[in-house]
Amino acid sequence: MTQQTILLDPTAERAPSARPRLARPAQLDGLTVGLLDISKARGNVFLDRLDERLSGMGIAVKRYKKPTFTRVAPTLLKQQIAGECQVVVEGLAD
Amino acid sequence: MNPLPDGLILVAKRGCPTCTLVEPLAAELAGSGPLTVYVQDDPAYAGGVAGVVDDRSLEHSYRLNIEVVPTLIRVENGREVARTYGWHRDDWRSLSGLDALGEGLPALRPGCGSKTLDPGVAEELALRFGDVRFASREVTLGDEEDAIEACHQRGWTDGLPVVPPTRERVLRMLAGTTRKPDEVLGMAPPDLAPCTVEKVAINAVMAGCKPEYLPIVLAAVEAALVDEFGMHGVLCTTMFAGPVVIVNGPAARAVGMNSGVNALGQGNRANASIGRALQLVIRNVGGGRPGEVDRATLGNPGKLSFCFAEAEDSGWDSLAVERGFGAGASTVTLFAGEGVQGIVDQKSRTPESLAKSFALCLRAVDHPKLAMAGDAVLVVSPEHSRVFIQAGWSKARLLDELTALLTFDADDMLAGAGGIAEGLPAALAGKKVPKFRPGGLLIVRAGGSAGLFSAVIAGWAASGPTGSTPVTREIAS
Repeated sequence: MTQQTILLDPTAERAPSARPRLARPAQLDGLTVGLLDISKARGNVFLDRLDERLSGMGIAVKRYKKPTFTRVAPTLLKQQIAGECQVVVEGLAD
Repeated sequence: MNPLPDGLILVAKRGCPTCTLVEPLAAELAGSGPLTVYVQDDPAYAGGVAGVVDDRSLEHSYRLNIEVVPTLIRVENGREVARTYGWHRDDWRSLSGLDALGEGLPALRPGCGSKTLDPGVAEELALRFGDVRFASREVTLGDEEDAIEACHQRGWTDGLPVVPPTRERVLRMLAGTTRKPDEVLGMAPPDLAPCTVEKVAINAVMAGCKPEYLPIVLAAVEAALVDEFGMHGVLCTTMFAGPVVIVNGPAARAVGMNSGVNALGQGNRANASIGRALQLVIRNVGGGRPGEVDRATLGNPGKLSFCFAEAEDSGWDSLAVERGFGAGASTVTLFAGEGVQGIVDQKSRTPESLAKSFALCLRAVDHPKLAMAGDAVLVVSPEHSRVFIQAGWSKARLLDELTALLTFDADDMLAGAGGIAEGLPAALAGKKVPKFRPGGLLIVRAGGSAGLFSAVIAGWAASGPTGSTPVTREIAS
Protein backbone atom coordinates (compact mmCIF):
# COMPACT_ATOMS: atom_id res chain seq x y z
CA MET A 1 0.00 0.00 0.00
CA THR A 2 1.45 3.33 -1.02
CA GLN A 3 0.86 6.68 0.60
CA GLN A 4 -2.18 8.48 -0.78
CA THR A 5 -1.25 10.94 -3.50
CA ILE A 6 -3.08 14.23 -3.82
CA LEU A 7 -2.64 16.31 -6.96
CA LEU A 8 -3.88 19.81 -7.68
CA ASP A 9 -6.18 20.07 -10.67
CA PRO A 10 -4.38 21.93 -13.51
CA THR A 11 -7.60 22.57 -15.43
CA ALA A 12 -10.30 25.22 -15.27
CA GLU A 13 -12.37 22.61 -13.39
CA ARG A 14 -15.27 22.63 -15.80
CA ALA A 15 -15.62 18.86 -15.65
CA PRO A 16 -16.15 16.68 -12.55
CA SER A 17 -12.90 15.38 -11.06
CA ALA A 18 -14.29 11.85 -11.03
CA ARG A 19 -14.20 10.67 -14.61
CA PRO A 20 -17.62 9.52 -15.83
CA ARG A 21 -18.03 6.05 -17.32
CA LEU A 22 -18.39 5.91 -21.07
CA ALA A 23 -22.00 6.33 -22.07
CA ARG A 24 -23.76 3.02 -22.72
CA PRO A 25 -25.21 2.61 -26.22
CA ALA A 26 -28.99 2.97 -26.35
CA GLN A 27 -29.24 0.03 -28.72
CA LEU A 28 -26.95 -2.60 -30.23
CA ASP A 29 -28.06 -2.37 -33.88
CA GLY A 30 -25.02 -2.10 -36.12
CA LEU A 31 -22.55 -2.65 -33.28
CA THR A 32 -20.30 -5.62 -32.72
CA VAL A 33 -20.47 -7.19 -29.27
CA GLY A 34 -17.37 -8.94 -27.95
CA LEU A 35 -17.86 -11.78 -25.49
CA LEU A 36 -14.72 -12.22 -23.40
CA ASP A 37 -14.29 -15.54 -21.60
CA ILE A 38 -11.80 -14.91 -18.79
CA SER A 39 -11.15 -18.67 -18.48
CA LYS A 40 -12.96 -19.05 -15.22
CA ALA A 41 -15.15 -22.10 -14.70
CA ARG A 42 -18.59 -21.94 -16.30
CA GLY A 43 -18.18 -18.39 -17.57
CA ASN A 44 -18.58 -19.94 -21.01
CA VAL A 45 -22.07 -21.19 -20.12
CA PHE A 46 -23.19 -17.64 -19.47
CA LEU A 47 -21.47 -16.30 -22.57
CA ASP A 48 -22.80 -19.11 -24.81
CA ARG A 49 -26.33 -18.16 -23.80
CA LEU A 50 -25.66 -14.48 -24.46
CA ASP A 51 -24.18 -15.40 -27.84
CA GLU A 52 -27.31 -17.36 -28.66
CA ARG A 53 -29.64 -14.52 -27.65
CA LEU A 54 -27.65 -11.74 -29.34
CA SER A 55 -27.08 -13.70 -32.55
CA GLY A 56 -30.77 -14.50 -32.57
CA MET A 57 -31.45 -10.78 -32.57
CA GLY A 58 -29.18 -10.36 -35.59
CA ILE A 59 -26.40 -8.63 -33.63
CA ALA A 60 -22.80 -9.33 -34.62
CA VAL A 61 -20.94 -11.23 -31.91
CA LYS A 62 -17.26 -12.06 -31.62
CA ARG A 63 -15.79 -14.43 -29.05
CA TYR A 64 -12.51 -13.96 -27.19
CA LYS A 65 -10.73 -15.80 -24.42
CA LYS A 66 -8.09 -14.80 -21.91
CA PRO A 67 -5.41 -17.44 -21.32
CA THR A 68 -6.04 -17.32 -17.56
CA PHE A 69 -8.30 -15.43 -15.18
CA THR A 70 -5.38 -14.86 -12.81
CA ARG A 71 -3.71 -12.25 -14.99
CA VAL A 72 -4.84 -9.19 -16.90
CA ALA A 73 -5.59 -9.73 -20.57
CA PRO A 74 -2.54 -9.68 -22.88
CA THR A 75 -2.05 -6.35 -24.64
CA LEU A 76 -2.53 -7.90 -28.08
CA LEU A 77 -5.90 -9.33 -27.05
CA LYS A 78 -7.02 -5.98 -25.62
CA GLN A 79 -5.98 -4.20 -28.81
CA GLN A 80 -7.75 -6.79 -30.92
CA ILE A 81 -11.00 -6.43 -28.97
CA ALA A 82 -10.79 -2.63 -29.06
CA GLY A 83 -10.27 -2.76 -32.83
CA GLU A 84 -13.10 -5.17 -33.56
CA CYS A 85 -15.88 -4.36 -31.07
CA GLN A 86 -17.83 -1.43 -29.71
CA VAL A 87 -19.24 -3.31 -26.72
CA VAL A 88 -17.69 -6.02 -24.55
CA VAL A 89 -19.28 -8.40 -22.06
CA GLU A 90 -17.13 -10.57 -19.85
CA GLY A 91 -18.23 -13.35 -17.58
CA LEU A 92 -16.75 -12.49 -14.22
CA ALA A 93 -18.19 -14.88 -11.67
CA ASP A 94 -18.35 -18.68 -11.40
CA MET B 1 -2.05 25.81 18.97
CA ASN B 2 -1.60 25.75 22.74
CA PRO B 3 0.15 28.74 24.31
CA LEU B 4 3.88 28.37 24.70
CA PRO B 5 5.01 26.70 27.94
CA ASP B 6 6.44 29.26 30.34
CA GLY B 7 10.10 29.02 31.25
CA LEU B 8 12.82 27.94 28.85
CA ILE B 9 12.46 26.12 25.55
CA LEU B 10 15.47 24.36 24.04
CA VAL B 11 15.23 23.08 20.47
CA ALA B 12 17.97 20.66 19.45
CA LYS B 13 18.93 17.75 17.24
CA ARG B 14 21.35 14.95 18.04
CA GLY B 15 23.04 15.24 14.68
CA CYS B 16 24.33 18.73 15.51
CA PRO B 17 27.72 18.79 17.31
CA THR B 18 26.85 22.04 19.09
CA CYS B 19 23.63 20.47 20.38
CA THR B 20 25.70 17.57 21.67
CA LEU B 21 28.06 20.05 23.30
CA VAL B 22 25.24 21.72 25.24
CA GLU B 23 23.36 18.47 25.99
CA PRO B 24 24.79 18.21 29.53
CA LEU B 25 23.48 21.71 30.30
CA ALA B 26 19.85 20.58 29.95
CA ALA B 27 19.80 19.19 33.49
CA GLU B 28 21.19 22.43 34.87
CA LEU B 29 18.62 24.48 32.96
CA ALA B 30 15.86 22.19 34.20
CA GLY B 31 17.03 22.71 37.75
CA SER B 32 16.58 26.46 37.51
CA GLY B 33 12.93 26.41 36.40
CA PRO B 34 10.51 24.93 33.90
CA LEU B 35 12.26 23.60 30.78
CA THR B 36 10.85 22.09 27.60
CA VAL B 37 13.28 20.39 25.23
CA TYR B 38 12.05 19.77 21.67
CA VAL B 39 14.30 17.23 19.95
CA GLN B 40 14.11 16.97 16.17
CA ASP B 41 15.75 13.59 15.67
CA ASP B 42 16.52 11.54 18.80
CA PRO B 43 14.03 11.41 21.71
CA ALA B 44 16.86 10.07 23.91
CA TYR B 45 18.59 13.45 23.74
CA ALA B 46 19.03 14.98 27.20
CA GLY B 47 17.98 11.64 28.69
CA GLY B 48 16.73 11.86 32.25
CA VAL B 49 15.61 15.44 31.98
CA ALA B 50 11.88 15.92 32.41
CA GLY B 51 10.20 17.95 29.69
CA VAL B 52 11.92 16.35 26.70
CA VAL B 53 9.44 16.26 23.81
CA ASP B 54 9.88 14.11 20.72
CA ASP B 55 9.56 16.58 17.86
CA ARG B 56 10.43 14.30 14.98
CA SER B 57 7.21 15.48 13.34
CA LEU B 58 8.85 18.95 13.51
CA GLU B 59 5.51 20.53 14.42
CA HIS B 60 6.89 22.47 17.39
CA SER B 61 10.04 23.44 15.54
CA TYR B 62 7.93 24.66 12.64
CA ARG B 63 5.56 26.67 14.86
CA LEU B 64 8.51 28.20 16.71
CA ASN B 65 10.03 29.16 13.36
CA ILE B 66 13.35 27.54 14.25
CA GLU B 67 16.13 28.11 11.73
CA VAL B 68 19.17 27.04 13.74
CA VAL B 69 19.73 24.45 16.44
CA PRO B 70 20.30 24.71 19.30
CA THR B 71 17.84 27.52 19.90
CA LEU B 72 17.10 28.67 23.45
CA ILE B 73 13.91 30.65 24.05
CA ARG B 74 12.57 32.31 27.18
CA VAL B 75 8.78 32.38 27.49
CA GLU B 76 6.85 34.48 30.02
CA ASN B 77 3.06 34.40 30.31
CA GLY B 78 2.83 32.30 27.18
CA ARG B 79 4.81 34.76 25.07
CA GLU B 80 8.35 34.61 23.79
CA VAL B 81 10.49 37.34 25.34
CA ALA B 82 14.03 36.33 24.32
CA ARG B 83 15.78 33.92 21.94
CA THR B 84 19.36 32.92 21.14
CA TYR B 85 20.69 30.30 18.77
CA GLY B 86 23.95 28.42 18.47
CA TRP B 87 26.04 28.34 21.63
CA HIS B 88 26.91 31.83 22.86
CA ARG B 89 27.84 31.39 26.50
CA ASP B 90 27.04 34.94 27.58
CA ASP B 91 23.68 34.94 25.83
CA TRP B 92 22.74 31.59 27.35
CA ARG B 93 23.73 32.81 30.79
CA SER B 94 21.75 36.00 30.55
CA LEU B 95 18.73 34.24 29.04
CA SER B 96 18.71 31.48 31.67
CA GLY B 97 19.79 33.64 34.60
CA LEU B 98 22.46 31.01 35.44
CA ASP B 99 25.70 32.96 35.88
CA ALA B 100 27.99 29.91 35.78
CA LEU B 101 26.26 28.03 32.96
CA GLY B 102 28.64 26.25 30.62
CA GLU B 103 31.79 26.99 32.59
CA GLY B 104 34.56 25.11 30.84
CA LEU B 105 32.81 25.12 27.45
CA PRO B 106 34.15 27.30 24.67
CA ALA B 107 32.65 30.79 24.58
CA LEU B 108 31.07 30.34 21.22
CA ARG B 109 30.07 27.58 18.82
CA PRO B 110 27.79 28.15 15.85
CA GLY B 111 24.78 25.87 15.54
CA CYS B 112 23.47 23.79 12.66
CA GLY B 113 20.52 24.19 10.33
CA SER B 114 17.17 23.15 11.76
CA LYS B 115 15.65 20.04 10.19
CA THR B 116 12.64 22.19 9.31
CA LEU B 117 14.81 23.75 6.63
CA ASP B 118 16.07 20.53 5.08
CA PRO B 119 15.42 20.49 1.33
CA GLY B 120 11.79 19.74 0.55
CA VAL B 121 10.74 19.71 4.21
CA ALA B 122 9.59 23.32 4.53
CA GLU B 123 6.71 22.89 2.04
CA GLU B 124 5.61 19.65 3.68
CA LEU B 125 5.48 21.33 7.10
CA ALA B 126 3.71 24.39 5.74
CA LEU B 127 1.03 22.11 4.29
CA ARG B 128 0.71 20.02 7.44
CA PHE B 129 0.90 22.69 10.12
CA GLY B 130 0.57 26.04 8.35
CA ASP B 131 -2.44 27.77 6.85
CA VAL B 132 -1.73 27.01 3.21
CA ARG B 133 -4.90 26.98 1.13
CA PHE B 134 -5.11 26.28 -2.57
CA ALA B 135 -8.01 27.47 -4.65
CA SER B 136 -7.59 24.55 -7.03
CA ARG B 137 -9.48 21.34 -6.58
CA GLU B 138 -7.61 18.47 -4.97
CA VAL B 139 -7.61 15.23 -6.93
CA THR B 140 -6.98 12.20 -4.76
CA LEU B 141 -5.51 9.28 -6.63
CA GLY B 142 -6.40 5.69 -5.99
CA ASP B 143 -3.99 3.66 -3.89
CA GLU B 144 -2.81 1.65 -6.87
CA GLU B 145 -2.73 4.54 -9.31
CA ASP B 146 0.60 5.63 -10.74
CA ALA B 147 0.74 9.42 -10.54
CA ILE B 148 2.30 9.94 -13.97
CA GLU B 149 -0.15 7.55 -15.63
CA ALA B 150 -3.00 9.25 -13.78
CA CYS B 151 -2.04 12.58 -15.38
CA HIS B 152 -2.09 10.94 -18.81
CA GLN B 153 -5.45 9.33 -18.15
CA ARG B 154 -7.01 12.59 -17.03
CA GLY B 155 -5.96 14.23 -20.28
CA TRP B 156 -3.59 16.71 -18.63
CA THR B 157 -0.52 16.04 -20.75
CA ASP B 158 0.78 16.97 -24.17
CA GLY B 159 1.54 13.33 -24.86
CA LEU B 160 4.77 13.26 -22.87
CA PRO B 161 4.87 12.46 -19.15
CA VAL B 162 4.39 15.40 -16.80
CA VAL B 163 5.64 15.93 -13.27
CA PRO B 164 2.64 15.14 -11.03
CA PRO B 165 1.48 18.45 -9.52
CA THR B 166 1.51 17.60 -5.82
CA ARG B 167 0.69 20.33 -3.32
CA GLU B 168 4.29 20.38 -2.12
CA ARG B 169 5.62 20.97 -5.62
CA VAL B 170 3.06 23.65 -6.38
CA LEU B 171 3.82 25.44 -3.11
CA ARG B 172 7.53 25.36 -3.98
CA MET B 173 6.75 26.65 -7.47
CA LEU B 174 4.70 29.53 -6.09
CA ALA B 175 7.72 30.62 -4.04
CA GLY B 176 9.29 31.53 -7.39
CA THR B 177 7.12 34.64 -7.67
CA THR B 178 6.02 37.45 -5.37
CA ARG B 179 2.66 37.53 -7.13
CA LYS B 180 -0.40 36.31 -5.27
CA PRO B 181 -1.73 32.86 -6.26
CA ASP B 182 -5.23 34.21 -6.84
CA GLU B 183 -4.12 36.97 -9.22
CA VAL B 184 -5.93 36.54 -12.54
CA LEU B 185 -3.59 37.00 -15.49
CA GLY B 186 -6.39 37.01 -18.02
CA MET B 187 -8.88 34.71 -19.67
CA ALA B 188 -7.33 31.61 -21.22
CA PRO B 189 -8.68 30.66 -24.62
CA PRO B 190 -10.46 28.83 -26.07
CA ASP B 191 -12.77 28.39 -23.07
CA LEU B 192 -11.98 31.89 -21.77
CA ALA B 193 -11.40 30.48 -18.30
CA PRO B 194 -9.84 32.76 -15.67
CA CYS B 195 -6.13 31.97 -15.57
CA THR B 196 -4.65 32.50 -12.11
CA VAL B 197 -1.03 32.51 -10.98
CA GLU B 198 -1.84 29.29 -9.09
CA LYS B 199 -3.09 27.51 -12.22
CA VAL B 200 0.02 28.61 -14.09
CA ALA B 201 2.19 27.32 -11.23
CA ILE B 202 0.46 23.92 -11.37
CA ASN B 203 1.08 23.64 -15.09
CA ALA B 204 4.66 24.89 -14.68
CA VAL B 205 5.26 22.05 -12.22
CA MET B 206 3.87 19.60 -14.74
CA ALA B 207 6.05 21.02 -17.51
CA GLY B 208 9.17 20.45 -15.42
CA CYS B 209 9.96 24.07 -14.54
CA LYS B 210 12.06 25.15 -11.60
CA PRO B 211 10.42 27.79 -9.38
CA GLU B 212 12.90 30.37 -10.65
CA TYR B 213 11.42 30.00 -14.16
CA LEU B 214 7.94 30.95 -12.99
CA PRO B 215 8.25 34.73 -13.59
CA ILE B 216 9.19 34.00 -17.22
CA VAL B 217 6.31 31.56 -17.61
CA LEU B 218 3.91 34.13 -16.12
CA ALA B 219 5.10 36.79 -18.57
CA ALA B 220 4.70 34.34 -21.46
CA VAL B 221 1.17 33.46 -20.36
CA GLU B 222 0.29 37.14 -19.96
CA ALA B 223 1.57 37.82 -23.47
CA ALA B 224 -0.49 34.92 -24.82
CA LEU B 225 -3.62 36.32 -23.21
CA VAL B 226 -3.21 39.77 -24.76
CA ASP B 227 -5.84 40.23 -27.45
CA GLU B 228 -3.33 41.25 -30.17
CA PHE B 229 -1.57 37.92 -29.89
CA GLY B 230 -4.80 36.18 -30.82
CA MET B 231 -4.08 32.96 -28.97
CA HIS B 232 -7.54 31.61 -29.77
CA GLY B 233 -6.86 31.87 -33.49
CA VAL B 234 -3.31 30.56 -33.17
CA LEU B 235 -4.76 27.53 -31.41
CA CYS B 236 -7.74 26.80 -33.63
CA THR B 237 -6.17 27.49 -37.02
CA THR B 238 -5.76 24.64 -39.47
CA MET B 239 -2.29 26.09 -40.14
CA PHE B 240 0.94 25.17 -38.42
CA ALA B 241 1.49 27.92 -35.87
CA GLY B 242 2.03 27.73 -32.14
CA PRO B 243 3.44 30.25 -29.68
CA VAL B 244 7.21 30.73 -29.98
CA VAL B 245 8.73 32.23 -26.82
CA ILE B 246 11.79 34.47 -27.20
CA VAL B 247 13.38 35.65 -23.96
CA ASN B 248 15.69 38.65 -23.55
CA GLY B 249 17.68 40.20 -20.75
CA PRO B 250 19.25 39.19 -17.45
CA ALA B 251 16.33 36.92 -16.49
CA ALA B 252 17.18 34.56 -19.34
CA ARG B 253 20.82 34.36 -18.30
CA ALA B 254 19.95 34.03 -14.60
CA VAL B 255 18.01 30.82 -15.13
CA GLY B 256 20.54 29.43 -17.59
CA MET B 257 18.47 29.62 -20.75
CA ASN B 258 20.20 28.51 -23.90
CA SER B 259 20.89 31.09 -26.60
CA GLY B 260 23.97 29.30 -27.95
CA VAL B 261 24.72 25.85 -29.30
CA ASN B 262 21.47 24.14 -30.35
CA ALA B 263 19.46 27.15 -29.10
CA LEU B 264 16.35 26.08 -31.02
CA GLY B 265 16.79 22.44 -30.08
CA GLN B 266 16.50 20.13 -27.12
CA GLY B 267 18.56 19.70 -23.98
CA ASN B 268 18.11 22.86 -21.91
CA ARG B 269 15.65 22.54 -19.05
CA ALA B 270 14.61 26.20 -18.97
CA ASN B 271 14.05 26.47 -22.72
CA ALA B 272 12.17 23.19 -22.87
CA SER B 273 9.99 23.58 -19.80
CA ILE B 274 9.07 27.28 -20.11
CA GLY B 275 7.70 26.81 -23.62
CA ARG B 276 5.97 23.63 -22.55
CA ALA B 277 4.37 25.29 -19.53
CA LEU B 278 2.70 27.88 -21.74
CA GLN B 279 1.29 25.15 -23.99
CA LEU B 280 0.04 23.16 -20.98
CA VAL B 281 -1.75 26.26 -19.67
CA ILE B 282 -3.53 26.63 -22.98
CA ARG B 283 -4.39 22.93 -22.97
CA ASN B 284 -5.49 22.58 -19.37
CA VAL B 285 -6.77 25.98 -18.27
CA GLY B 286 -7.95 27.10 -21.69
CA GLY B 287 -9.19 23.68 -22.75
CA GLY B 288 -7.35 23.85 -26.09
CA ARG B 289 -6.74 20.31 -27.25
CA PRO B 290 -5.70 18.94 -30.64
CA GLY B 291 -8.59 17.48 -32.57
CA GLU B 292 -11.04 19.53 -30.53
CA VAL B 293 -10.58 23.30 -30.85
CA ASP B 294 -7.00 22.89 -32.12
CA ARG B 295 -7.73 22.03 -35.77
CA ALA B 296 -4.18 22.09 -37.16
CA THR B 297 -3.83 20.10 -40.36
CA LEU B 298 -0.23 19.18 -39.56
CA GLY B 299 0.88 21.29 -36.59
CA ASN B 300 4.58 21.43 -35.86
CA PRO B 301 6.85 19.82 -33.25
CA GLY B 302 7.36 23.23 -31.63
CA LYS B 303 3.83 22.98 -30.30
CA LEU B 304 5.28 20.81 -27.54
CA SER B 305 7.64 23.65 -26.66
CA PHE B 306 9.40 26.33 -28.67
CA CYS B 307 11.36 28.69 -26.46
CA PHE B 308 14.84 30.17 -26.61
CA ALA B 309 16.85 33.20 -25.53
CA GLU B 310 18.49 35.78 -27.76
CA ALA B 311 22.30 35.73 -27.80
CA GLU B 312 22.55 39.43 -27.12
CA ASP B 313 25.59 41.18 -28.53
CA SER B 314 26.74 44.72 -27.88
CA GLY B 315 27.08 45.21 -31.65
CA TRP B 316 23.36 44.73 -32.25
CA ASP B 317 20.27 45.99 -30.46
CA SER B 318 18.42 43.19 -28.74
CA LEU B 319 14.86 42.28 -29.67
CA ALA B 320 13.76 43.81 -26.34
CA VAL B 321 15.38 47.15 -27.20
CA GLU B 322 13.96 47.08 -30.72
CA ARG B 323 10.55 46.57 -29.22
CA GLY B 324 10.86 49.60 -26.97
CA PHE B 325 12.26 48.25 -23.72
CA GLY B 326 15.42 49.35 -21.89
CA ALA B 327 18.74 47.64 -22.52
CA GLY B 328 18.63 46.05 -19.05
CA ALA B 329 15.03 44.90 -19.26
CA SER B 330 14.05 41.25 -19.20
CA THR B 331 11.27 40.47 -21.61
CA VAL B 332 9.32 37.71 -23.23
CA THR B 333 8.29 38.10 -26.86
CA LEU B 334 5.62 35.79 -28.17
CA PHE B 335 5.49 35.00 -31.87
CA ALA B 336 2.97 32.78 -33.62
CA GLY B 337 5.47 30.62 -35.44
CA GLU B 338 5.84 27.44 -37.41
CA GLY B 339 8.90 25.27 -37.78
CA VAL B 340 12.52 26.08 -38.50
CA GLN B 341 13.79 26.47 -42.06
CA GLY B 342 17.57 26.53 -42.25
CA ILE B 343 19.54 29.02 -44.33
CA VAL B 344 22.87 27.57 -45.45
CA ASP B 345 25.25 30.24 -46.76
CA GLN B 346 28.87 29.38 -46.16
CA LYS B 347 30.35 31.59 -48.86
CA SER B 348 29.05 35.13 -48.30
CA ARG B 349 31.64 37.36 -46.66
CA THR B 350 29.97 40.69 -47.33
CA PRO B 351 26.74 41.99 -45.78
CA GLU B 352 25.31 42.66 -49.24
CA SER B 353 25.72 39.07 -50.36
CA LEU B 354 24.45 37.60 -47.10
CA ALA B 355 21.43 39.91 -46.99
CA LYS B 356 20.50 38.76 -50.50
CA SER B 357 20.77 35.14 -49.36
CA PHE B 358 18.52 35.85 -46.41
CA ALA B 359 15.99 37.63 -48.62
CA LEU B 360 15.89 34.76 -51.08
CA CYS B 361 15.18 32.28 -48.31
CA LEU B 362 12.66 34.55 -46.56
CA ARG B 363 10.72 34.79 -49.78
CA ALA B 364 9.63 31.17 -49.30
CA VAL B 365 7.63 31.98 -46.14
CA ASP B 366 4.09 30.63 -46.75
CA HIS B 367 4.76 30.45 -50.49
CA PRO B 368 7.14 32.42 -52.73
CA LYS B 369 4.11 33.84 -54.52
CA LEU B 370 2.38 35.11 -51.38
CA ALA B 371 3.08 38.38 -49.56
CA MET B 372 1.96 40.20 -46.41
CA ALA B 373 0.47 36.99 -45.07
CA GLY B 374 2.79 35.42 -42.53
CA ASP B 375 5.31 37.31 -40.41
CA ALA B 376 8.74 35.78 -39.85
CA VAL B 377 11.55 35.66 -37.35
CA LEU B 378 15.01 35.62 -38.88
CA VAL B 379 17.41 33.93 -36.47
CA VAL B 380 20.94 35.06 -37.31
CA SER B 381 23.78 32.94 -36.00
CA PRO B 382 26.90 34.50 -34.47
CA GLU B 383 29.08 33.71 -37.50
CA HIS B 384 26.55 35.32 -39.81
CA SER B 385 25.90 38.29 -37.52
CA ARG B 386 29.65 38.93 -37.42
CA VAL B 387 29.60 39.62 -41.16
CA PHE B 388 27.13 42.45 -40.57
CA ILE B 389 28.54 43.77 -37.31
CA GLN B 390 32.10 43.97 -38.65
CA ALA B 391 30.84 45.87 -41.69
CA GLY B 392 29.02 48.32 -39.42
CA TRP B 393 25.51 47.11 -40.26
CA SER B 394 23.16 47.46 -37.33
CA LYS B 395 20.16 45.17 -37.00
CA ALA B 396 18.00 48.08 -38.13
CA ARG B 397 20.17 48.50 -41.24
CA LEU B 398 19.85 44.81 -42.04
CA LEU B 399 16.09 45.06 -41.64
CA ASP B 400 15.96 48.06 -43.98
CA GLU B 401 18.07 46.28 -46.59
CA LEU B 402 15.93 43.14 -46.33
CA THR B 403 12.76 45.20 -46.65
CA ALA B 404 14.10 46.65 -49.90
CA LEU B 405 15.25 43.28 -51.18
CA LEU B 406 11.89 41.76 -50.30
CA THR B 407 9.80 44.24 -52.30
CA PHE B 408 8.65 42.60 -55.49
CA ASP B 409 6.71 43.24 -58.65
CA ALA B 410 3.30 41.80 -57.95
CA ASP B 411 2.95 40.73 -61.56
CA ASP B 412 5.39 37.86 -61.00
CA MET B 413 3.37 36.69 -58.01
CA LEU B 414 -0.20 36.92 -59.28
CA ALA B 415 -2.44 33.89 -59.12
CA GLY B 416 -1.72 31.84 -62.22
CA ALA B 417 1.66 33.47 -62.93
CA GLY B 418 4.36 30.95 -63.71
CA GLY B 419 1.71 28.29 -64.27
CA ILE B 420 0.92 28.18 -60.55
CA ALA B 421 -2.65 28.85 -59.47
CA GLU B 422 -1.61 30.08 -56.03
CA GLY B 423 -0.64 33.72 -55.84
CA LEU B 424 -1.67 37.31 -55.18
CA PRO B 425 -5.03 38.72 -56.30
CA ALA B 426 -5.24 40.24 -59.78
CA ALA B 427 -6.06 43.62 -58.21
CA LEU B 428 -2.38 44.00 -57.33
CA ALA B 429 -1.29 43.81 -60.99
CA GLY B 430 1.28 46.46 -61.86
CA LYS B 431 2.07 47.22 -58.22
CA LYS B 432 5.05 46.63 -55.94
CA VAL B 433 4.38 44.48 -52.89
CA PRO B 434 6.42 43.98 -49.73
CA LYS B 435 6.86 40.36 -48.71
CA PHE B 436 6.16 41.24 -45.08
CA ARG B 437 3.76 43.74 -43.59
CA PRO B 438 5.47 46.62 -41.74
CA GLY B 439 6.76 45.22 -38.42
CA GLY B 440 6.26 41.70 -39.68
CA LEU B 441 9.92 40.71 -39.81
CA LEU B 442 11.79 40.25 -36.52
CA ILE B 443 15.53 39.65 -36.32
CA VAL B 444 17.05 37.73 -33.42
CA ARG B 445 20.63 36.65 -32.85
CA ALA B 446 21.11 33.10 -31.51
CA GLY B 447 23.10 29.95 -32.02
CA GLY B 448 26.45 28.32 -31.48
CA SER B 449 29.69 30.05 -32.36
CA ALA B 450 30.49 27.71 -35.24
CA GLY B 451 28.36 27.46 -38.38
CA LEU B 452 27.56 29.84 -41.20
CA PHE B 453 23.88 29.00 -40.87
CA SER B 454 20.87 31.04 -39.91
CA ALA B 455 17.20 30.16 -39.77
CA VAL B 456 13.75 31.37 -40.69
CA ILE B 457 10.85 30.77 -38.34
CA ALA B 458 7.86 31.42 -40.52
CA GLY B 459 4.81 32.95 -38.88
CA TRP B 460 1.14 32.22 -39.11
CA ALA B 461 -0.23 33.13 -42.53
CA ALA B 462 -2.84 35.23 -40.73
CA SER B 463 -0.24 37.49 -39.13
CA GLY B 464 -1.14 41.07 -38.26
CA PRO B 465 -4.23 42.65 -36.74
CA THR B 466 -6.62 40.12 -38.25
CA GLY B 467 -4.75 37.18 -36.73
CA SER B 468 -1.69 37.41 -34.53
CA THR B 469 0.72 40.22 -33.80
CA PRO B 470 3.93 39.57 -31.82
CA VAL B 471 3.56 40.69 -28.21
CA THR B 472 6.36 41.58 -25.76
CA ARG B 473 5.93 41.68 -21.99
CA GLU B 474 8.42 42.66 -19.33
CA ILE B 475 9.21 39.88 -16.84
CA ALA B 476 8.15 40.86 -13.31
CA SER B 477 9.40 39.16 -10.16
